[in-house]
Amino acid sequence: MNDVVNSSGSTSTIHAAGVAIKDLRKSYGSNEVLKGISLDVAPGEVVCLIGPSGSGKSTLLRCVNLLEQPNEGSIHVGGFEATDPDVDIDKMRRKVGMVFQQFNLFPHLDAKRNCSIAQTKVLKRSQSEADKVSMHNLERVGLGHLADRFPDQLSGGQQQRVAIARALSMDPELMLFDEPTSALDPETVGDVLSVMRNLAKEGMTMLVVTHEMGFAREVADRVVFMDGGVVVEEGAAEQVISSPTQARTKEFLRRVLDPTHIDIEE
Amino acid sequence: MAMTARQRARVSLYVQAGIFVVAIAALILATDWETIGNSVFNFGKIGPMFPGIFVTGLTNTLIYTFLGFIVGLSGGLLLALMKLSSFPLYRWIASGYIEFFRGIPALLVFIAFGYGVPLAFGVSWNITVIVMVSLGMVASAYIAETLRAGLQAVPKGQLEAARSLGMPQWRAMITIVIPQAFKIVLPPLTNEVILLTKDSSLIYVLGLTASQYELTKFGRDGISSLGAGLTPLLVAGAFYLVITIPLSFLARKFESRTARNNR
Repeated sequence: MNDVVNSSGSTSTIHAAGVAIKDLRKSYGSNEVLKGISLDVAPGEVVCLIGPSGSGKSTLLRCVNLLEQPNEGSIHVGGFEATDPDVDIDKMRRKVGMVFQQFNLFPHLDAKRNCSIAQTKVLKRSQSEADKVSMHNLERVGLGHLADRFPDQLSGGQQQRVAIARALSMDPELMLFDEPTSALDPETVGDVLSVMRNLAKEGMTMLVVTHEMGFAREVADRVVFMDGGVVVEEGAAEQVISSPTQARTKEFLRRVLDPTHIDIEE
Repeated sequence: MAMTARQRARVSLYVQAGIFVVAIAALILATDWETIGNSVFNFGKIGPMFPGIFVTGLTNTLIYTFLGFIVGLSGGLLLALMKLSSFPLYRWIASGYIEFFRGIPALLVFIAFGYGVPLAFGVSWNITVIVMVSLGMVASAYIAETLRAGLQAVPKGQLEAARSLGMPQWRAMITIVIPQAFKIVLPPLTNEVILLTKDSSLIYVLGLTASQYELTKFGRDGISSLGAGLTPLLVAGAFYLVITIPLSFLARKFESRTARNNR
C-alpha cells in the first residue's frame, strides 16, 4: 500500500497521469454537443477549459470519467482506454478525482466520513488507515479542525474544499474540476482557488472548466477556448487570454473580462 | 341597517355556539344513560380481560405488526428497486404486483393464506408464517411506492459523486442513495406502520389459539363473554391508540426535522 504512505506523508509524490482525447463526439438526440474534440493533457499539466455556457466544456469533462458516454472518438486516461466498451469503469474512476459545481457532498456523513467512505468501501483500506488519509487531506485543504462537521454545517467554500479533500483521499492521478467556484459566494472563492493552486504546484494533472480568468492565467499551463462544441483556440494561458487570435475568443474574453461593458444588439 | 365586518363575525360565532348548545342538550336529554352505562362504559365488568389483553393481546399485535413490517420493508425495497430497474420485465412485474395488492382488500389476502393456500396445497403453516406472508405481501406493495418516491428524491449528483469515487452502482446505492432515501421517507414510512398496526387486526379471522390472540380478538371475545356490551371493544380500541398515537407523533417529529434540514 505505497499510495497510502504517500498520501499521508510528503506531498511531492503525486503519480500524475495524462489524458489523450481524439475526435470525440457526443450528441443528445439530434443535438450534437461535442463535434470532434481532440485534446492532449500531459502528466502534471494544468489545462483550463473556457468558453460560453452551452459550448460543451462541461460535457467534455464529464466524458473523461464517463459520467457521459461519448458517441464517437477515443479517450485515454493513464493506462486506461475509457472508450473501450470492456473498460473497468470503476477501476478507472479511482484514478480520476471529480469536483462538481454543486459539491455533491454526502449530506448524511460528516466531513471525515465523506473522505473515508470510498477508501474503505472501494480501496478496502482499514477505517483507521482511511481516517488518517482523510485527516491528512482535510488539513491539506485547511479544514482539519472541521472534520466532524456535516455538510449543512459548512459554508459553500468549505464544502467545496471538503469535496476536493474527498477526491484527493483516493490518491487520484488526474483531477477534473467542473466549474468548482460557480456556485460559491464571492468571498469564499479565493480559498477554493488557493487549494487548487497548491494542488497544481504539487504536480497534479488538472482539467478545469472555469470562468475564473485570473486563475486560468496564473495557474494553467494551457487554456482551451471552446464554442459550439469545437475547440476554437488553444495555447499558453497568457497568450490565449491576453492576446487571442480568433475573433470568437476575443469577443468572449471581452465580455468576461469587462462585464460592465454592455452591448445592446440592435 | 348594515353590520360591520366585525359585527357579522361576532353574530356568526354566537349562532354557531347556540346551535352547539342546543344539539348537546338534546343529546343529553334523549340519551338513556343507564343503558349507555351498562353497554358502553361498563368498566366494572371488564376485569377478566386483564392481564390477558395487555400481556398477550398487545404483545401479539406488536409482534404481528413488526413481522409484517420487516417483510414489507424488504419486499418493498426489492419492488422499488425493480421499478427503477433498466430491465423492463422487472418494472412490469413490480408494477403488476403493486397494483394487484393495493387493489384488493387485505382481508382477502389473509383468508387466501390462512385457508385457501393450506387447503389448495395441503400445507399447514403456523400462524406466524401466515401473518408474515399475508401482512408482509400487502405492506410490500404500499411501502414499495413510498420507497420509490424516496429513491427518486435523492439528487442525481449524489449517485454521480459516488460513482466518480469508483463505487460500483450497487455499492453507491447501498452506501449513499438508500440511506438518504430512508431519511426522506421516514415520515410516510411511520404512517405505513400505523396502517399495518390496524391491518394486523384482520388476523382474528384465522381461528387463533388463546396464546395467539391479538387485541381485536380480545375485544370480540369480550363482547360475547362479559355481558358488558361494547365496553371490551372500547378497551381494545384504547390499546390501539396507545400504539398509534405515539407513532403519529413520531411521524410529525420526523417531518419537521426533514423540513428543517431542507432549509
